[in-house]
Amino acid sequence: MKIIENRKKFFAASLIVIIIGFAAMIFNAQAGRGAFQYDVEFTGGTSFDLDMGQEYEQEDLQKIITEVTGQDSPQIQQIIGTTEVTVKIQSIDSTTREALTNAILEAYPNAVMGEVNDVSGTVSREMQTAAIKATIIAAVAMLLYISLRFHDFRAGGSAIIALIHDVLIVLTAYAVFRIPVNNTFLVVLLTILGYSINATIVIFDRIRENKSAFHANQTAEKINKSISQTLARSINTSLTTFFTVGAIYVLGVPALKEFALPMMIGILAGAYSSVCISGSVWYVLLPKNEK
Amino acid sequence: MKARGRFMLVIMLVIAAALSFVSYQGIGEGKTLSAGNIKQGLDLSGGVYIVYEADKEDVTAEEMQAAVSLIQGRMDWNGWTEAEVAQEGTNRIRVDIPGVENAEEAIREIGQTAQLSFVDETGKVLLTGDMVADATKQVGAVKQGGNAEPYVALKFNDEGKQLFAEATAANIGKPIYIVMDGEVISAPMVQTAITDGQASITGNFTGESAEELASLIRAGSLPFNLNVIQMKNVGARLGADALATGVKAGAIGLALVLIFMLVVYKVLGFAADLALIIYVGLELILLNAFNITLTLPGIAGIILSVGMAVDANVVIFERLKEELVQGKTLRVAIKNGFSRALPAILDGNVTTLIAAVVLFFLGSGTVKGFATTLIMGIIISMFTALVVTRIIVNGLMQGGCSNPKYYGMRSK
Repeated sequence: MKIIENRKKFFAASLIVIIIGFAAMIFNAQAGRGAFQYDVEFTGGTSFDLDMGQEYEQEDLQKIITEVTGQDSPQIQQIIGTTEVTVKIQSIDSTTREALTNAILEAYPNAVMGEVNDVSGTVSREMQTAAIKATIIAAVAMLLYISLRFHDFRAGGSAIIALIHDVLIVLTAYAVFRIPVNNTFLVVLLTILGYSINATIVIFDRIRENKSAFHANQTAEKINKSISQTLARSINTSLTTFFTVGAIYVLGVPALKEFALPMMIGILAGAYSSVCISGSVWYVLLPKNEK
Repeated sequence: MKARGRFMLVIMLVIAAALSFVSYQGIGEGKTLSAGNIKQGLDLSGGVYIVYEADKEDVTAEEMQAAVSLIQGRMDWNGWTEAEVAQEGTNRIRVDIPGVENAEEAIREIGQTAQLSFVDETGKVLLTGDMVADATKQVGAVKQGGNAEPYVALKFNDEGKQLFAEATAANIGKPIYIVMDGEVISAPMVQTAITDGQASITGNFTGESAEELASLIRAGSLPFNLNVIQMKNVGARLGADALATGVKAGAIGLALVLIFMLVVYKVLGFAADLALIIYVGLELILLNAFNITLTLPGIAGIILSVGMAVDANVVIFERLKEELVQGKTLRVAIKNGFSRALPAILDGNVTTLIAAVVLFFLGSGTVKGFATTLIMGIIISMFTALVVTRIIVNGLMQGGCSNPKYYGMRSK
C-alpha cells in the first residue's frame, strides 16, 4: 500500500471535509440558527417535546406560547412526517410551565407532553466547560501515555493530530446534519477518540515491531508495510462496531439515533485517520535523516 | 491432551450457558441477578430528575445534610420510596424520582420547606415549626396504661415554650391541631397548661413514620431556599420505548457480530463468539451485582465495549493467521498470535480507559453512566478476549481441531 506516497491526497481529502464543516458552521451562524443545533443543556433554557396528536398551525402554537410566557420568539421545530414538535424557549419556572401545558392542552386536547427539560444558565455554562476540559485532559493524558509507550513524542503527537482530525470530522457531521449538541455529544466525542486512538495504536505497534526489519532510511516502506499488515484488522473491527452502532441507528428512538449517527461517522473517520493520516503525519514529523 | 482440551471446552460451554441463563432468568424466585433486575435510569424508566441549588453562599456541610434528609423525608412522605436524593458539589442536591409523571407536582412538593404549625379551633396559628428546637422519635405509652407505641416528642425553644404555655392555657378542654403542610396529623385535646416546653405528637405511627416525621420537623426550618437549576421529565412510555429499542438493537447488533466473526474467522470465530457470550453475561451480572443504574448512554457504553472485545480478538486472529502463513505450526502460531497482539491490545485498551476515567470524573449524570459501563466493559472484555478466548482456542486445538485450514490458513 502506498500510503506515505499519497499522503498529500489524503490530507487534502480530509481538509475538504473539514472546510465543508466550518462553512456549514459559519453559514448556519450567519443564518441566525447558531453554528450548531445546541440543546438547552448547552445554551440554558426550557425545551419540551410535544405530540400534537392532530393537524395544527405552527403560528397558533407560537401564539399560545408567547401569550403564556411573554417570549416573542420560541423555537418550534417540527419532526417531519409526524405531529411531534420540539419547542425551545428561555428558561421558565414551574408555575409558568404548568400554565403553558394547560393552555396547550386546552387548545389541542389530543396533545401529549413528552420529555421536558429545563436548564439554567449556570448549569449550561458548566456543561460547556466540562466538555472542553474533559476533551483536553483526556487528549493530554493519552498523548503522554502513547509518548511514553512508544518512546517518541512524535508518535504521540501524530496520534493526537489524527484525533483532532476525527474531532473535526465529527463536528462537521454535527454542523452539516444539524445533530443536536447535548449531553451525548461529549460521550460521542470521547468514544471516537478512544476508538481512533486504539486503531492508531495497533498500527503504531506494528511500526514499532517492524523497526528491526527495515533500514533506517526505509521509514516510508516500513510504515506502508505496517499499515497493510494491520489493514484486515482495521476493516474488520470497524465493520463489527459499525454493525452494533448501525443497529442502534436503524432501530433506535430519536434519542438513540442522535447518538448513533455521529458515532457511525466518527468510526469511519477514525478508521480512515488511523490508516491514512496518523502514519503519514508521523512520517512528516520525522527529521530528514530518519526518513 | 485431547481429553484435557475437550474438558476445557466443555467447561467454557457450561460457563457460557450458565451466565446466559442467570442473566436472562436470574436465580430463584426473586430472579436475582437477571438482566430485568438491573436498576434503570430515568431515561429508561421515565420519571423526574431535578437539581436544586441552595440560594445562600457558604452553606455548611451540616446544612446540606439537613436539606438532603429533608427532601428524602418528603419523598418517603409522598410515597416515592424509590426516589434518590444526593448531594452534588458543595451546594447542590440532585433528586431522581422514577415513575413520576407530573414533574411540576414533584417540584412543588420538594420545593416547599416542611411547614409545621399548631392551630386552634378557630384556625388561628399559635406556633410554627421554626420554634421547635428538637424533634425526636420516642416509644412509650401515650395514654395512661396504654401499650407502648411510637410517637414524636417535641421540644420548643424559649419563644416557643412561652407561646405554647399561653396557647395551652387558653385552650384547656379544646383540641390543638398539629398541621403539617396543610394536613392535620394530630389533634390532641389540651388537658392542662404545658409550661415545660415539651409536647408530643401521637397518632397511628409506626416506628418508621414517627422517625420520618421527626426528621421532617427537624429539617423544617432550613436556613436557605432551594432553587431549581435543572429539571428533566421523561414520560414512562418514552423511557420504555427507549429501553425496548435499545435492547433490541443491542441483541441484533450482537447477533450480527457473532455471525460475522463465525463467517470470517471460522473456528477462531467460534472461540471469539463463545468468549463474547461469556463477556455479555458477565457484564450484565456485574452491573446487577454492583447495583449500577443503567441509562441510555450506559447501554451505548456496553455496546461499545462489545466492539472493544471483538477488536482484541480480531487483532489476535489476524496475527495468528499471519504466523500460519509464515509456516509456523498451529501451536506456535496460536502462542505467538496471542503474545504478539498483547502490547497493541493493552495500549489500545489503556488509552480508551483513560478517556473513560476522565469522563467518569468530569462528566455528570448521564455521561457518568456511560463511563461506568465503558470502564467495566473494557476491564471485562480484556479478560474474556485475552484469557477466555485463549483457553477456548487451545481447547479446540488440543481437542482435535488441529487442521490449520480451519484457523484461516489458505492453501494455495
